[in-house]
Amino acid sequence: MKLKLRIWRQKDANSKGKLVDYDVDVNSHMSFLEMLDELNEQLVEKGEEPVAFDHDCREGICGTCNLYINGRPHGPVRTTTCQLHMRHFNEGETIVIEPFRAKSFPIVKDLIIDRSSFDRIVQAGGYISVNTGSARDANETLIPKPIADEAFNSAACIACGACVAACKNASAMLFVGAQISKFALLPQGKAERKTRAEKMVAQMDAEGFGACSNIGACSAECPKEISMANIARMNREYFGAKLTSTNL
Amino acid sequence: MKLDSKIPEGPLAEKWNKHKFSVKLVNPANKRKYDIIVVGTGLAGASAAASLAELGYNVEAFTYHDSPRRAHSIAAQGGINAAKNYQNDGDSIYRLFYDTIKGGDYRAREGNVFRLAEVSVNIIDQCVAQGVPFAREYGGLLSNRSFGGAQVSRTFYARGQTGQQLLLGAYSSLSRQVATGKVKMYTRTEVMDIVLVDGQARGVVTRNLITGKIESHAAHAVLLCTGGYGNVFYLSTNALNCNASATWRAHKKGALFANPCFTQIHPTCIPVSGEYQSKLTLMSESLRNDGRVWVPKKGGDTRRAEDIPEAERDYFLERRYPAFGNLVPRDVASRNAKYVCDEGRGVGDTKLAVYLDFADAIRRDGLNVISAKYGNLFEMYEKITGEDPYKTAMRIYPAVHYTMGGLWVDYNLMTTIPGLYALGEANFSDHGANRLGASALMQGLADGYFVIPYTIGDYLAVMPWDKVSTDRPEFREAEASVHGMVNRLLTIKGEKSPNQIHKELGKIIWDYCGMSRNAEGLKDARQRVRSLQDEFWNNLKMVGTGDELNHTLEKASRVADYLELGELMIVDALNRDESCGGHFREEFQTEDGEALRDDANYAYVAAWAYKGAGKDSELHKEDLVFENVKLTQRSYK
Repeated sequence: MKLKLRIWRQKDANSKGKLVDYDVDVNSHMSFLEMLDELNEQLVEKGEEPVAFDHDCREGICGTCNLYINGRPHGPVRTTTCQLHMRHFNEGETIVIEPFRAKSFPIVKDLIIDRSSFDRIVQAGGYISVNTGSARDANETLIPKPIADEAFNSAACIACGACVAACKNASAMLFVGAQISKFALLPQGKAERKTRAEKMVAQMDAEGFGACSNIGACSAECPKEISMANIARMNREYFGAKLTSTNL
Repeated sequence: MKLDSKIPEGPLAEKWNKHKFSVKLVNPANKRKYDIIVVGTGLAGASAAASLAELGYNVEAFTYHDSPRRAHSIAAQGGINAAKNYQNDGDSIYRLFYDTIKGGDYRAREGNVFRLAEVSVNIIDQCVAQGVPFAREYGGLLSNRSFGGAQVSRTFYARGQTGQQLLLGAYSSLSRQVATGKVKMYTRTEVMDIVLVDGQARGVVTRNLITGKIESHAAHAVLLCTGGYGNVFYLSTNALNCNASATWRAHKKGALFANPCFTQIHPTCIPVSGEYQSKLTLMSESLRNDGRVWVPKKGGDTRRAEDIPEAERDYFLERRYPAFGNLVPRDVASRNAKYVCDEGRGVGDTKLAVYLDFADAIRRDGLNVISAKYGNLFEMYEKITGEDPYKTAMRIYPAVHYTMGGLWVDYNLMTTIPGLYALGEANFSDHGANRLGASALMQGLADGYFVIPYTIGDYLAVMPWDKVSTDRPEFREAEASVHGMVNRLLTIKGEKSPNQIHKELGKIIWDYCGMSRNAEGLKDARQRVRSLQDEFWNNLKMVGTGDELNHTLEKASRVADYLELGELMIVDALNRDESCGGHFREEFQTEDGEALRDDANYAYVAAWAYKGAGKDSELHKEDLVFENVKLTQRSYK
């Protein structure tokens, strides 16, 4: 299939970028990233700089890949960019490929962004303080299956940042809500729940992410279908913590 | 060189405890005087970095990813083994040990494997305490399932995303230590070389992948937790950026590389669809719990799977191995899939696939039960192939998945370079010639959480606290050689991209050093790899510069190492005149086509020493001593 690609090219963080057009002829069984591989092989052959994009596992779990395709994070199908296949596009179509856009995700080069803000939010409190070796027998903590399943659903987040890219406010509340929820739901996470909510929300604000206005685009575009309930739970955790906080 | 495995004396079950008591300790106040470099942040690296920082050591951790959470451990699906015997089905530490030794076709060390089985139970406790949401029963207890090569249910899992959840657990502990300042985290930073001072590993040279800046970092010890070398094959289930450069460069600095030909071909992967294919996707082995593997009895049968009547199907694993059926170990399942395809009975467009069929399981347990167990895997299959496995049988074919070989390490996980350790898939120690399913996660975490925190103390306790300066000539020389290599790559003005050469290498290794091997083919392959090495250094097409983000350069630097490591894999496969586990030499098989070991001559670890560019590597043997298990022909019938 013949396609026109319109791709964001930007030399580095400090340069001005622009959209550049490329014509490609690809196989519809290819994955989207294999299509870009092919383009890059052709560019290298011509001695031109290939398009830089982040990717790694190519099985939808590492969360590295992140492209804004035709105005949607990860493109037209609810999946990660690496799991998107060319059969979802039509002959002759123009595909616009941009980086995820948010102030808190500065562009590094071409389609590569810096999502280290997510790591810093986790460092602020996204853990249970348990040193290696100090755990008791695993079956001494009973966790009803529905609770374990719900915690798993929150923990399935791959930190790709699609929620931020989908949000008109560039809010990270779905991501942060999922991180807070996966611990808040479990008995092991209860001890630090207040501090965790306070610190992670504070870091989220410090990173410059926007507020939530309950549109739900984040969840609708999330490749792992993280639900809006995580945002509600985060707000509950946060307000509860603020009202009864011992952190002054 | 005499290889000393340092396996403690005494009864198997007492070795580790005895060793933990006999190793030297570093007192808590002194730990803060030692710096440790951890390369890689997967299960082994993240767990080691977090645990060592908790103890009080200063850790510098490196990853080429944008975040430590993206390491490829995250993609492990099926589960993690532990000898908890929660199911009351006859499991024990000894049984896990025995299954692992047998599964590895008697080419692993008894002492290491027993320790692995021993600490497996602590891993589950640790992970639950971290908040890892393992699958649960309704009463709140942990759930288990069974995996290949075992007749008990000892595998703990979190849907089909166990690796993700375990890695996020280790990442959370690591993040906590980053916040305290005990771990300094370097992301998008690739380790380019290991630096030795007076024969000891004292640091690394890194390249900042965004700015291209080459820098030195000094420490008292260096841990390589950099995974395996499956990407030598070009197409594998590894992530695209997984590479062997850190271990290979350590090898060139003097660390012996053990059993490089022991590579694992995983039986249940989505088949190759075309030339453009960039990677292969694994479908968890857990699918073999309920899926039945078959091909048509007659070759050239072009009917759809569901149109072929029961009587005309050959459930070849159930037929040949009634005791283990579809749950035979990976090497056996892969080889048998290859046999039936070689016979012309393969299915799908390429005829290089067999069916994995859930129709019976869905009829027996209902759609909901099957969907709850495997839903995400079925979805992944559908996304990639466009076919619905609830309605039609999956097509699967073996693909490279894991490498049992790796840097040679002793019982303390130290390589032959003092102060240089290798953990997880990067070392060779626990899986012999074949790894059992759900044991990689176990080993990565065992090494990081429960082994290295004890054994590193033994080395550091007698080391002076003094730091070495990165201004020393050893660091300057290593930096200069990295600059030299980068410049050399960038100035080759040839025609072929690094990716093209990598693809050609992969095809040679897969065809001649893959699922089955023979002496003639291996000799031929070695010549081909050698000419490809020449072509690489003379006909490489490069773009961009060294002082910017340059993926072509990163790839070229990794392919240079694959070309050398690929040759060593071939040399090792040629040396081992026997078949064992994943290493199947066609000349050495039983009458019914099973791997035929030669324990009299090959019950050893083949550890290779690098002797310089273009020179033959030198073989050192570590004889494997079996005091507890009797070596038998592995049978799963």
